[in-house]
Amino acid sequence: MEKVLMKGNEAIAEAAIQAGCNFFFGYPITPQNEIPAYMAKKLPKVGGTFLQAESEVSAINMVYGAAGAGARVMTSSSSPGISLKAEGISYIAGAELPCVIVNIVRGGPGLGGIQPAQSDYFQATRGGGHGDYHLVVYAPSTLQEMVSLTMEAFDVADQYRNPVMILGDGMLGQMMEPVSFEKPSERELPEKDWATTGCDGSRPRNIINSLHIDPEELEKMVDRTFDKYEVIKKNETRVEAYNCEDADIIVAAYGTTARIVKSVIEAAAEKGLKVGLIRPITVWPFPYDEMQKWAEKEHVKAFLTVEMSKGQMVEDVRLGVEGRKPVHFYGRTGGMVPTPDGILEKLETIMGEVM
Amino acid sequence: MAVVYEKTKGLTDNTMHYCPGCTHGIAHKLVGESLEELNVLDKAVGVAPVGCSVFAYEYFNCDMHEAAHGRAPAVATGVKRVLPDNIVFTYQGDGDLASIGTAEIVHAAARGENITVIFINNAIYGMTGGQMAPTTLLGQVTTTSPYGRDAAQAGYPIKMSEMLATLEGVHYIERVSVHDVKHIRQAKKAIKKAFENQVNKKGFSMVEVLSTCPTNWGMTPIESLGWLKENMMPFYPLGVYKEGE
Repeated sequence: MEKVLMKGNEAIAEAAIQAGCNFFFGYPITPQNEIPAYMAKKLPKVGGTFLQAESEVSAINMVYGAAGAGARVMTSSSSPGISLKAEGISYIAGAELPCVIVNIVRGGPGLGGIQPAQSDYFQATRGGGHGDYHLVVYAPSTLQEMVSLTMEAFDVADQYRNPVMILGDGMLGQMMEPVSFEKPSERELPEKDWATTGCDGSRPRNIINSLHIDPEELEKMVDRTFDKYEVIKKNETRVEAYNCEDADIIVAAYGTTARIVKSVIEAAAEKGLKVGLIRPITVWPFPYDEMQKWAEKEHVKAFLTVEMSKGQMVEDVRLGVEGRKPVHFYGRTGGMVPTPDGILEKLETIMGEVM
Repeated sequence: MAVVYEKTKGLTDNTMHYCPGCTHGIAHKLVGESLEELNVLDKAVGVAPVGCSVFAYEYFNCDMHEAAHGRAPAVATGVKRVLPDNIVFTYQGDGDLASIGTAEIVHAAARGENITVIFINNAIYGMTGGQMAPTTLLGQVTTTSPYGRDAAQAGYPIKMSEMLATLEGVHYIERVSVHDVKHIRQAKKAIKKAFENQVNKKGFSMVEVLSTCPTNWGMTPIESLGWLKENMMPFYPLGVYKEGE
């Protein structure tokens, strides 16, 4: 298939359009502005609607309305903007509506900076808004994967009636790589017979709602969504294990950081260090089984989690490893990207301790 | 025997939860009748707010979408952009529309969204127990203005109809009251017109309905109707604030 050189943010936008996303509601924030700009340019030409909302809060509520009306709809933002969207995301999850939310993460807390970070991991994987809920969260590592996961995200959202997040970062959003737009394998998707499209006299009226005043009813609703999450965990958990077969140390990293770790693996081999990589592609559901599988191998002496945060995913890695092997952490924050040398130095220190 | 009056098909048979003497029921009836008479119930999508009318989705006999505090105009925008030929309306109270959702209503109006907004103004927060609203009158006692609303401390009441009428995107805004039969009839006319405008794709229409809250005003229903007339109407004058061609 033909490859085109694109910026990460534009690749996401094009992938969404090709996946049938006809509605986009957003609000500008760096470093994801190419997504709304691309949508503003392209959507009207394919009969879709781009609307710049007055705030992130409004944008996500427009998504809520459009998703309720049965559309394929997307919004995108970056860290502080996602915090504002958290209110709407909680309602969308509560009302069980499908939509795709892109978070091109920048450094925080607060206004933070505009450089890449992975410090929204907790917010992304633990719900992010109030209440018991989860998003399906994809963490692409290449632009090609950004394309394929964005396309897949719409199907997964429709299949499970659940919001799906693409968790990128400023580096992935701004870099350029050749990509091709291949549709993911077709899933059998349910009819949207729940949508508020006007009942047309042909069916009972539909109500989209997340309010359940009766506590028993609310508990039932939450239990039901968590039953759904179990199915998602079983069917949709995605992970890549790279060079793990005889690794002494396994590095856990996702997104941009995983790309850097891959280049460290070669440099480490030259120094006689056998290093593998476990790269969660879904950070929720998290591939705990994969962590456990490798933690049980005798040749694996230790784990190292590398993140652009103060250590958020390291908690999930520890949950997967369950104390079988030591789990170390190396991270940079503030928009600083870990260097291959920095990671290698940390690996050498760990090897000195465990060998 | 000839039927001279029937309950509108625009409302379900559910029992409403509103307090005795509250005028939400009247406003609901007027909305239901308007949708029925315009024959658009089957393609109507209502957006319910947070506040006293949070359960409006149980009462209007059409597809309904619940929204977060103040966000109904944004949700309605999303619905309407997907379904431009459907009839989309929000039903919002003063806390919802004039406080937490001020940005949403201002910008939906400025965009000229072809939706209908029913704005119930009873000058107080009802559902949360009688706190000061942006529409609370100066001197009015509420749980959070226990000595009467004082402009120096709490600012002035907001006249939403007057404010929104300044926006070019707005097609129609009228303020009505439901404190007696004559005014209820006028309110019905305004609400029906606001929906008709949407059918005719004329753009953003809002009807502000002066309404009572006997429970939180601490009055009987009859006293409330009188208080509305004597105190609210002079500050919030009835009438058409904007009507395009």
